[in-house]
Amino acid sequence: MARTTTKDAQDLFHSLRSAYASTPTNLKIIDLYVMFAVFTALIQVAYMAIVGSFPFNSFLSGVLSCIGTAVLAVCLRIQVNKENKEFKDLPPERAFADFVLCNLVLHLVIMNFLG
Amino acid sequence: MGMMSGKLGILKKILTSLPRQSKPSLITTVWSQDSPSQLKNYSLQNPRLVLFSFQNLKFLTLFDFDSHIVLISSFICFADMARNYVRFLALILAISICCEAAIFRPISESHRSAALDLFKPIDGSFSSLEETYEALRTFEVLGIGNKLDISASTCPSVVEVLGSSSSNLKTLFYALRNQRILKCALKEEILKGVSSKLKAAVNSASALPDFYHSIGGLVLIKDQTPEANVLLDDAEGVFRSIKALSQSDGRWRYGSNNPESSTYAAGMAFEALAGVISLAPSEIEQAVVATVKNDVVKLFDSIEKYDDGSLYFDEKIVNGHEHQGPIFVTSSVIRGVTAFAAVASGSLKLPGDDMLGLAKFFLGIGIPGNTKDLFNQGFHAIDSIPSSNCPFIDSERPAQGVSVSSVLGYNTPPLTVTLVQASSSSSKSASIIENQELKFDHDSSFHVLDALPKSVDIGKYLFTFEVVLNDSENEKVYATGGKTQVPIFITGVVKIDSPEIAILDSDLGSIETQKKLDLAGENSVTLSANHLQKLRLSFQLSTPSGKAFKPHQAIIKLRHESNVEHVFLVGNSGKQFEIILDFLGLVEKFYYLSGGYDIQLTVGDAVMENSLLKALGHIELDLPEPPEKAARPPAQPVDPYSRYGPKAEISHIFRTPEKRPPQELSLGFLGLILVPFIGFLVGLLTLGVNLKNFPSSAVPAIFAALFHLGIGAVLLLYVLFWLKLDLFMTLKALGLLGIFLIFVGQRILSHLASTSAKLKSGDLMTDFDPAG
Repeated sequence: MARTTTKDAQDLFHSLRSAYASTPTNLKIIDLYVMFAVFTALIQVAYMAIVGSFPFNSFLSGVLSCIGTAVLAVCLRIQVNKENKEFKDLPPERAFADFVLCNLVLHLVIMNFLG
Repeated sequence: MGMMSGKLGILKKILTSLPRQSKPSLITTVWSQDSPSQLKNYSLQNPRLVLFSFQNLKFLTLFDFDSHIVLISSFICFADMARNYVRFLALILAISICCEAAIFRPISESHRSAALDLFKPIDGSFSSLEETYEALRTFEVLGIGNKLDISASTCPSVVEVLGSSSSNLKTLFYALRNQRILKCALKEEILKGVSSKLKAAVNSASALPDFYHSIGGLVLIKDQTPEANVLLDDAEGVFRSIKALSQSDGRWRYGSNNPESSTYAAGMAFEALAGVISLAPSEIEQAVVATVKNDVVKLFDSIEKYDDGSLYFDEKIVNGHEHQGPIFVTSSVIRGVTAFAAVASGSLKLPGDDMLGLAKFFLGIGIPGNTKDLFNQGFHAIDSIPSSNCPFIDSERPAQGVSVSSVLGYNTPPLTVTLVQASSSSSKSASIIENQELKFDHDSSFHVLDALPKSVDIGKYLFTFEVVLNDSENEKVYATGGKTQVPIFITGVVKIDSPEIAILDSDLGSIETQKKLDLAGENSVTLSANHLQKLRLSFQLSTPSGKAFKPHQAIIKLRHESNVEHVFLVGNSGKQFEIILDFLGLVEKFYYLSGGYDIQLTVGDAVMENSLLKALGHIELDLPEPPEKAARPPAQPVDPYSRYGPKAEISHIFRTPEKRPPQELSLGFLGLILVPFIGFLVGLLTLGVNLKNFPSSAVPAIFAALFHLGIGAVLLLYVLFWLKLDLFMTLKALGLLGIFLIFVGQRILSHLASTSAKLKSGDLMTDFDPAG
């Protein structure tokens, strides 16, 4: 059974990988960006775990900026994805403009809270 | 007018009074201005009561004059009055000893200096003719006329006023008054013109002020140039028309159509009537004149009184801003009455007490001080000075002055002053001195009492003086003040015998320590006692004539080191003064405070010349311990400013700062943060990103570039915001940048959208791949 599980996992992994290869490049860029933001957040959490949460507002703002921008990027990906029927009529440039705007607002707030 | 200057020269001694002294002492009223040393010598050497007298005392009285408060000198008319047999000239001799009431002061340097201060000409002249006249007259009377030299600046205006045809009556009147003093050079025609104008005014006048000014002007012209034709044609008619304005209570109305009557107007009316009489070519009927005399008497019925005996006139109806005050009104009345009495034949009987009271009123005002006060003069017949200073008569040394002030122009009628009675204030028994006449010393013109009888001991006395005129004829001319009572202290040295202080044992009364004190010199005894013993202080007091003396104060005070004080009165029986402090009973009173106490003795009285307040020494008291419930000694007063001194220092405890991580760790993680970013870039490259979709044509390219620059600028703004800007500036900048960015972004993105739409529509089958 273990062997089957491992083989199933490997097979699953391979199939995911091959399926992923066919996604358009712009979506891959967005995925990469999301991974980057999440990793940054994780590093900040690890830092806080080591040195303590003083000053807490700085920690929060740092983590939330990463998470926020990741969330916005996910929204962008949903809207730009052509296979998504829901946003068929939304031009991708418009979605990108929203992404930029929301990011700017988020970062203004983050900068204010950073202290 | 020639008479006036002669009398001015007569003014001599104005005696100024010294302030009252606090301790009984010698004569304190050295009053001579000219020869102070002479008087002082008298007082120190001669063992007699020395009485000072005034000659030629001038009074400046306050006089309201057309809204100015002025001082009026009194003596000028005196001589005139005396010559004209004015019956109510009041010469009042007053004895100026009185002790407490230092209200009435004679004319002094202070009046003159006040006059100089208040009448200061601006640029050499005064603001109006009225003020000029007031200043001139005041200085003339006070004897400092030479200090005011404004004829050069004022004469031209006076001449101009007199010459012009448009001046009204009041201005003419004042110009003539100024002219009288300044004696400016005037042409004959001007005076003639003025007199004819005034005569016309008299005939046509109907209101009292018009009568007053025109008649007054004519009288002044008559005085200056006796040959001028100023006599009134219809004097009797004018007299009657003025009289018609009078009221039944003695007051006058200002005009026939003005129903209000005023006392001030009465004064004006009297003066105007006097002018009419003097200007009449023939005698006016006596009956008419007599009615006016009745008016005067009636007016004097309305005289009002202050508590200190001064009398004054005031308006019954106070008319707002027109009301000038009792000084104004009283002086107007007196001026009028005096003028009238001067010209009216026959006598005008007025009570001498009224005169005295009015004089007291004027003197009581003192030195006028406010800026509107101006001095002026009027014509007054009242002089009196009850003056003041506390006389303390030392029975051994020559006594103080009782000053008899007689006020008069220059002729002092012969008179005698008698000490009617001198009785002790404390005992209502028979008087000590009776009916002793005081000798008049011609050299110093004092009334002098030869030695006090030996039986007079120290103490407080009441001396009664009476002034009697030698010549009974003078009784009609002068009024004396009757009997005057003056309180007098006779002081002396009180003998203090056998003062001693002792500590006694309580039960047996035997003396443990006894020390003699020297109350004339310094003492410093040191005693010690415990609570079972007593302290005894004793001494004897006797007057110079050997009698027992009870001082006003005989006090012993014990003061602890901590400033807690205890005061005890020393009782007496006859001459012997003794106090015994029994510490057993006083333990609670002393709050059980043991330790050193300072002893202080006070013996004092007003008639005792050697009153003493002496520190006697020190006593160590040994008192038992205070029980639980004993009263605490009262808190001594602390220095009230001590609470403004520095307070105790507060040491702040600051919050300990948080522990920060070591620098290297933070820097390590900073580097670590950058790793994902680098990973992102590497991944991008792996994916093969390109910039193919970057528009190649110029305009969109610019917009694309601007778009990216705009985003970069916003991010830079955020960095600046974190570093040094505040939110408001950031938002302002962000607003501007945002507008720019929106505009640019909209352009480029719509361009891109249209481009891709074209592509899409052009190539439906191929995948849209903007990145590649």
